[in-house]
Amino acid sequence: MAMRVVVLGIGNILLSDEGVGVHAVEALRADYQVPAELTLIDGGTSAMELLEDLEGLDLLIILDAVRAGRAPATLIRLSGNQVPVFFRARLSPHQVGLAEVLATLDLLGNPPRETIVFGIEPVSLETRLGLTEPVAARLPELVQAVVDELGARDLAVRARSVAAVNRMSPALLA
Amino acid sequence: MANRITIDPITRIEGHLRIDCEVDGGKVTKAWASGQMWRGVEQILLGRDPRDAWAITQRICGVCTTVHAIVSVRAVENALKMEVPLNAQLIRNMIISAHAIHDHIVHFYHLSALDWVDVVSALKADPVKTAQLAESLSTWGGNGRHEMTRVKEKLVAYVKTGQLGIFTNGYWGHPAMKLSPEVNLLATAHYLQALDVQRKANKIVAILGSKTPHIQNVAVGGVANPIATDSQSVLGVERLLAIKGYIDELADFVNNVYLVDVAAIGAFYADWTKYGKGITNYLSVPDLPLDTKGTKFAVPGGYIKGGDLAGYKPITSFNDAYFRDGVKESVKHAWYKGGKGALHPYKGETIPQYTDFQDDGKYSWVKSPTFYGDTVQVGPLARVLAWAAAKYEPGLRHLNRVIGMAESIAKTKIPLDALHSTIGRHAARAVVCGSMVENLQQQWQLLVDNIAKGDVKTFNKPEFPKGEVSGFGFHEAPRGVLSHWVVIKDGAIKNYQAVVPTTWNAAPRNEQDVAGPYEAALIGTPIADPERPLEVLRTVHSFDPCLACAVHVLDTEQNELVKVRAL
Repeated sequence: MAMRVVVLGIGNILLSDEGVGVHAVEALRADYQVPAELTLIDGGTSAMELLEDLEGLDLLIILDAVRAGRAPATLIRLSGNQVPVFFRARLSPHQVGLAEVLATLDLLGNPPRETIVFGIEPVSLETRLGLTEPVAARLPELVQAVVDELGARDLAVRARSVAAVNRMSPALLA
Repeated sequence: MANRITIDPITRIEGHLRIDCEVDGGKVTKAWASGQMWRGVEQILLGRDPRDAWAITQRICGVCTTVHAIVSVRAVENALKMEVPLNAQLIRNMIISAHAIHDHIVHFYHLSALDWVDVVSALKADPVKTAQLAESLSTWGGNGRHEMTRVKEKLVAYVKTGQLGIFTNGYWGHPAMKLSPEVNLLATAHYLQALDVQRKANKIVAILGSKTPHIQNVAVGGVANPIATDSQSVLGVERLLAIKGYIDELADFVNNVYLVDVAAIGAFYADWTKYGKGITNYLSVPDLPLDTKGTKFAVPGGYIKGGDLAGYKPITSFNDAYFRDGVKESVKHAWYKGGKGALHPYKGETIPQYTDFQDDGKYSWVKSPTFYGDTVQVGPLARVLAWAAAKYEPGLRHLNRVIGMAESIAKTKIPLDALHSTIGRHAARAVVCGSMVENLQQQWQLLVDNIAKGDVKTFNKPEFPKGEVSGFGFHEAPRGVLSHWVVIKDGAIKNYQAVVPTTWNAAPRNEQDVAGPYEAALIGTPIADPERPLEVLRTVHSFDPCLACAVHVLDTEQNELVKVRAL
């Protein structure tokens, strides 16, 4: 059976940098063509609604704001044993929901075989649409890190050409 | 000497609820329910197009999204005196039913069962005995000994990792936990199975509503579901059959697991039929309209004052004047500017006036609604009592089945009066869920039959008059009576008020200082350990509290209190 991989961006876009995961997954969707075995999900602040989408995955990549006590706007990658620690320490404000989903998948017997968390240390979580400048400036690096991770696993994620995007946009705006 | 317990927040709910109790001699003697957030959706709606109100109001919350969408279009349709095509009514009815089934399953298993079920005790259970017990109660396929062994092994492995995950912060080993290890294991197995089953109900909502949470298909005047039997891209045979498949799976689980578990847990906790009574004025409304005008309904509803079923007054149409004229809201004890007495929703005001938590003054963002001056309880129990009074057959059949099962397990007679209690609210919710599955099957059949007649109409275009019109819409939502009230001037919203189920139940004291339903229900509740007030949670959770829509922007004041961390 083909591999099943999900890149899940979570966060609340109303709380500035809290929404970095969602902004990242949307940037990935806008700028890249992804293969059939890979699904991009804007998870927003949902929890149990994600259960079915996250069942029986070979790889789950979570994009989220990560408060790990590093310098603001630091890029963070957690894998292996660090992931449960991430959830235990509740480094992200809405994590309770996702932690419950992953715990439930565990109990139901179909958790992801591997989970990796990519994130950025937030600068601000105030009520505001859009990322702070320092975090927005690092967003392309976050997206590139995910693309590299996928590429290392032979998942061909191809950048859409700028020309193609330009051709599309007038039609989309019409 | 009375002790004060403050639980803030009461969790496993949407939104932010605070409960304060005075405990004297091991019992609750005084209680306050306080909504700790402000909603503000009414202000957002002022001046907008009434055709957009449904999309905005359903964003009040991410749980009961469908209900505000549907009741909002009903209110605007009522103001315009519109008829709604039969297909649109039936499609809305199916969404209502599927949403309610989802809500009730999730509430019982995932939001309140852990008040009664000790997961840690399940580790001591004998899986073979658990299976014997389960198979003596029900024919459900997921009750066998292999399944019980599998769940127990999984639980043991899970606990060994040192993380209880979804089960952290439970009141494990609390003296008020009474179930045997085997019953605890059985309930835990069903907790996990329910996670799988609840999705089926949500799929029905998603197929018809295009999306969940937050359906996209309603419109003032009908629904935006084009119907054609020969197209894959609209509501056709294929999708209708997919829905039917999900309904059948839900029926199996609800009838053979949910209803049975509630009867069993109710029987094992029979003493909880003596606690949690509180307000016995019960209000419900009819729902699932079967005609274009909203004068015939699949399910009855009405008012019962003081628990007197003989005095039941039915509510009979979407134009019902008895309902319309009876509703008022008081802000004497809520953080709004008042002084005008209780106001009808058409005249309702939502002007914030935050004081602080004042025991005898203002202490909540929830207003206090009344029906002809009475504080009333809403929700599945109000509904089931109305069904008993109206002799609504499917409802009574499910009620008798649940009570019958509980009687045979408890080996004692259970009078109807036992329903006025904490356990009674859980039993009533299960009865409603069983009945709703049957309603969903019927609504599906009615829709298929109507389409077979060649009727594919789903929308009537609304026309907005010059000048002022007003209308109201009601809906029997999972947590009880929901109503939206709209005043429209020259095609724009002039006033809008939502009176939601949790406003009725979580109300603070009313204009006459009479306690609200949560507050009244808590009086007399025994408290074994004031540091771990599980019993308070049992009674509050039995109402299925949901605060996001009950309260009227975020309270930025961080009140420093002695807080009990509650799951």
